[in-house]
Amino acid sequence: MLTTAIIAGLVLGGTYALVAMGLTLQYGIARIMNLAYGETMIAAAFAAFVLKNALGLNPMAGLLLVVPAGFAFGYAIYGVMMRPLVARAGDRSALEIDSILATFGLLFVIQGVLLVLFGSNYMSYSYLNIPVSILGANIAANRLLALGLALTIGLTLYGLLRYTRWGTAIRAVAVAPQSAVLVGIDVNRAARFAFALGGALAAAGGVVISMYQTFTATSGVTFTMKALIVVIMGGVGNLLGALSAGLILGMVETFVATYLEPGLTLAATYAIFLALLLWRPQGLFGKATR
Amino acid sequence: MNGRLALVFAVALVALAALAFAPFYLGRYQIGLLIGLTGYVTLASAWALFSGPTRYVSLATVAFFGIGAYTVAALNEVLPYPLVLAAAAAIGLAVALVVGLSTLRLAGVYFVIFTFGLAELVRQLVTWYEVNVTGTLGRYIFMSFGPEQIYWQLLALMTITLLISWWIGRNRLGLALKVIGDDEVVATHCGIDIARTKLALFALSAVIITLVGAIQAPRWTYVEPGIVFNPTLSFLTLIMALLGGANRLWGPALGAVPLFLLFEWLSARFPDHYSIILGLLFILIVFVLPGGVAAFAERTFGQRKPDPQTYGAESALSRDTADARR
Repeated sequence: MLTTAIIAGLVLGGTYALVAMGLTLQYGIARIMNLAYGETMIAAAFAAFVLKNALGLNPMAGLLLVVPAGFAFGYAIYGVMMRPLVARAGDRSALEIDSILATFGLLFVIQGVLLVLFGSNYMSYSYLNIPVSILGANIAANRLLALGLALTIGLTLYGLLRYTRWGTAIRAVAVAPQSAVLVGIDVNRAARFAFALGGALAAAGGVVISMYQTFTATSGVTFTMKALIVVIMGGVGNLLGALSAGLILGMVETFVATYLEPGLTLAATYAIFLALLLWRPQGLFGKATR
Repeated sequence: MNGRLALVFAVALVALAALAFAPFYLGRYQIGLLIGLTGYVTLASAWALFSGPTRYVSLATVAFFGIGAYTVAALNEVLPYPLVLAAAAAIGLAVALVVGLSTLRLAGVYFVIFTFGLAELVRQLVTWYEVNVTGTLGRYIFMSFGPEQIYWQLLALMTITLLISWWIGRNRLGLALKVIGDDEVVATHCGIDIARTKLALFALSAVIITLVGAIQAPRWTYVEPGIVFNPTLSFLTLIMALLGGANRLWGPALGAVPLFLLFEWLSARFPDHYSIILGLLFILIVFVLPGGVAAFAERTFGQRKPDPQTYGAESALSRDTADARR
């Protein structure tokens, strides 16, 4: 029971971490607070569902199609919707308000399209649903695959951002957008790239979620919410922070669902959020400056 | 100026009287429309009361609305009606204080995030409580009065909300709020207690929204969490206030009336594509009319100098400088 709960918690937490990394890129580097983030995920989950059921394509291959699509979507959305807002915003808080409002509208558009196409039923498909025994606990293979994918993608991204010249430039924009220009970094391009990368991660997260969970057209909001909490918990723009915070949140949720009551998971999430706001609003791993 | 003020008050009073007598001449459907209209004008005005000057976008309208409605559903057979309303207002106030105390000291984005998921949280908690503790999901509301009484209560609440909004706009609290919205650092240096001012306004706005939910609840007869915590309501309130202009007294009303009628028509004509149209419309408003219709009209017809409070004025300014540079 305990081992099962721990592994299930790690799987869920890994997915949250993956998803939150995308959001932390979008908010930390592109400075866009994207409320339609969860909807992008759910759209990707539906895409994986359609590829599996209509074309018989397995979700791993689906990932190779859906992730670039997520990147392209993010790239296009930034160019069409966010760029004008960035251009007209006087300061950071004006951009924050504008981006919150614009993406709030986008949330309803994507959700509406999904509702028209798929209805409001819960969806799922069966993939690698075979039990694997680990330390005496039976876990479905698809969950282990999900955890492996989340960790691989997350750590690869971290390595790229930490150890390449290109990643250093991106992080420079996150730390000091004004000064980044002085050393020859194209801030606008970096922001657009980071936003698109966030879209790709959202798509990856959506496909991973669809492998082992049921989802509906309206469940995007809860994912956005959880991703936001993980981002704040880990410190805005901090990838490793998002990874650890995601794992913590996944564990807490699984334990609450297993030992207390499945209906109280969101309440547990909120309790963590509340405690965090009162105690360390800059995040568990963040520095005091925002 | 005083003469003009008296004139405005006289016109408003006549309009109010006309609205109050309207149910005697109208059918059931029109009264229903009037209830919806008054409800949304009140919601949008109450939303703008806090979010307009402080520029803290609250996405929690339906959380408070639902709390009000559900309180009535839970207590309508236990307590007399005025006490039920008081209980709803008290619960709304308590929730607003918890949310406000934990988030309003911090940067605005924490508040937005917290309010974003609040409705979903309250809905899940109520569902969990009903299923596990009381064992029933869904409640009936039977009231001895008809739609006219609901309408009159809402009309009274709307009048009070507009009066509060007018009164705050011209006393110390309103000035303090405007300074906070412009620049929090300056506000601190002026000796304004930022957190307390924001908290007071947020609580006031939340209590009004809770009361709208409580008063409208008998319209449903049957209430369950999925019905009263519908996120579209938060969205509608926000879009109405923004279209009209959240920084003007009449702005939210100006946005609420045409949009409510449009939504009524849309939801009857295109029930499936409703939220897509809504979303696109909303994005359009954010891009084209960032300061709302009221500010746009003032800029265009030049009655008053454009006021730097609005969402859009700043951007217009930066656009001008950008043009000049080119």
